[in-house]
Amino acid sequence: MKLSCQDVDRNKIHMKKVPYRHSISKVLGVTLFVFLLFSVSISAQEDGAADEAATEAAGAGDTAGDPAKGKALFNQNCAACHALNRKMTGPALANVETRLSEDEGLDREWLYKWIKNSPGLIASGDSYAKKVYAEYNQAAMTPFPTFSNEDIDNILAYTAAPPKTAAPAAAGADAAAGTSGASAAGGISNEIILGALALVFALLVGMLFLVNKTLRRIAEANGVVLEDDASPKRLPLWKAFAKNQFLVLVTVVFLLLGSAYFAYGWMMQVGVDQGYQPIQPIHYSHRIHAGDNKIECKYCHSSARVSKTSGIPALNVCMNCHKSIYQVADETLEEGKREYGVDYNKEIKKLYAAVGWDEENQKYTGESQPVEWVRIHNLPDFAYFNHSQHVSVAGIECQQCHGPVEEMEIMYQFAPLTMGWCINCHRETEIKVEGNAYYDKIHTELSKKYGVEKLTAAQMGGLECGKCHY
Amino acid sequence: MNSFSKIGIVFGLLLCVTACADKNSPNYQYMPNMYEPVGYEAYGEVDFLPNRQEAMAPPANTISRGWIPYGYENTPEGKELARIQKSPLDSLSMEEDLAVGGQLYTIYCAICHGDKGDGQGTLVKREKILGVPKYSDPARNITIGTTYHTIHYGLNSMGSYASQMNTKEMWQVSEYVMKLKQDLTK
Repeated sequence: MKLSCQDVDRNKIHMKKVPYRHSISKVLGVTLFVFLLFSVSISAQEDGAADEAATEAAGAGDTAGDPAKGKALFNQNCAACHALNRKMTGPALANVETRLSEDEGLDREWLYKWIKNSPGLIASGDSYAKKVYAEYNQAAMTPFPTFSNEDIDNILAYTAAPPKTAAPAAAGADAAAGTSGASAAGGISNEIILGALALVFALLVGMLFLVNKTLRRIAEANGVVLEDDASPKRLPLWKAFAKNQFLVLVTVVFLLLGSAYFAYGWMMQVGVDQGYQPIQPIHYSHRIHAGDNKIECKYCHSSARVSKTSGIPALNVCMNCHKSIYQVADETLEEGKREYGVDYNKEIKKLYAAVGWDEENQKYTGESQPVEWVRIHNLPDFAYFNHSQHVSVAGIECQQCHGPVEEMEIMYQFAPLTMGWCINCHRETEIKVEGNAYYDKIHTELSKKYGVEKLTAAQMGGLECGKCHY
Repeated sequence: MNSFSKIGIVFGLLLCVTACADKNSPNYQYMPNMYEPVGYEAYGEVDFLPNRQEAMAPPANTISRGWIPYGYENTPEGKELARIQKSPLDSLSMEEDLAVGGQLYTIYCAICHGDKGDGQGTLVKREKILGVPKYSDPARNITIGTTYHTIHYGLNSMGSYASQMNTKEMWQVSEYVMKLKQDLTK
């Protein structure tokens, strides 16, 4: 910007004779104004704070209970198996009381009995209790003898209150948009900065062009003859070059060295798959699972603890959570569509199709399809690598080799997995000697032999050929 | 102008070369028959198995290494019978078992049940999964037997963890859960 301002000043000094001298500064001013105009209203932040208000706004209905307390109790005790408008392990509970009294002729007393001791009610031979039990795959409902009748009233008030989350949330979003629009923009995104820079650059180029044009015109007007062509008598440059043998020799040597350098670099990357990022059959986001939700790596890759392979989780491991989580949060869905072009809910449906989970009836159909995951980290067959040795014995973090997995939307190979990379780590990594009685003797002997306090993996034999190649 | 077209050609060739570097497909290799395994690799594809799938559940009536058959049925009655089970682990090595159980608990259980067993894991706090009870919940009255039973079979929305831990590890976790319950009721 500084430079451009100087240019403008200089233009003014030089171009006194030119009639339209203001045009450049005008253009600059207008564009700057437009740019500032855009930069003010940059991003409206969404805020979902108006969630609590929704439940409080919801009317208490005809029951005496308190729906707010009921919601807390419901989320704490019931929500593992019941949703309001969706069949889960147990039935949907929206308006359960009216439904039962209208369809089955059962009153609140029956609900008290059922919630406090459902197995007892089933055993007593109550017909509807037995029917529900059979209908929901004989999944026994945990009895809640500690609930008071008032607690149950509160829960029923919550289930009776229609969940009015949509309208207030939208209103809240509008309000939030209004306020953030009025206030100054908090952070300017990179794209806008880049765009502004490009604009400034284009302006500079345009100005140089104009300056050149005006200067030429001035020169013409003042009768100065421009020397466009060099004198043709001179020897062509390449012929002069070819005649100088020393120069040719030096150039050839440089060319050869340069091409050898690039050829070496090219040959060294053959067989290295760093950055390999295949498209998987189901879009699985490590960012959401390991990053946002902080699920341990070893939760899914459990055999990394005990086996050579890290283990690709069987689909039952996915279903540990996705039996309950059948869709992602709205903002996550939006983010996925906007940033990555992925509909996360559809990916969960793919999981259900593969594992054979019938969402309607909440049970497995028994028809499953293998998911053909594409393996990313492939070691050549002649190199042996054991996960448990590194994960359980050495206690190395997964991220040391696999990189920031918790930030990866799509998994890729972070490390080169070359032999030099392995050996480098073995040379640098110190072994945790303390608290490992099994290795006590060999540790002391080896530290004496090498005269060091701390042994590296290499000194333990981590560079022996036969450790990895046999 | 001639030199311009030459530069254009060079850049075009460079573009061709870099265009081949596709991150969706693996790089080429020097001697693939030394890289590709001859034997069956874990999770591989083979012709003679159903679905061409190597990763399969163990056949019926076999016992995987590290797992011991479990005699109680996956029913409410079975769970009540399992209630009085005792842990088969040696009480002398309790401290080590609890240490291992604690690590495993952090990996597999804490994400929902919380580090202290109070039902406030990360997924619960983020309202992804709800209704996770405290271990001290008197209505559930868990014992080491029912804890093991639940880890082994799963219960309602909770899945079975028998595929992720072997028998001993599941008992170690159960011991640790009992310790958490004790701490909570204190």
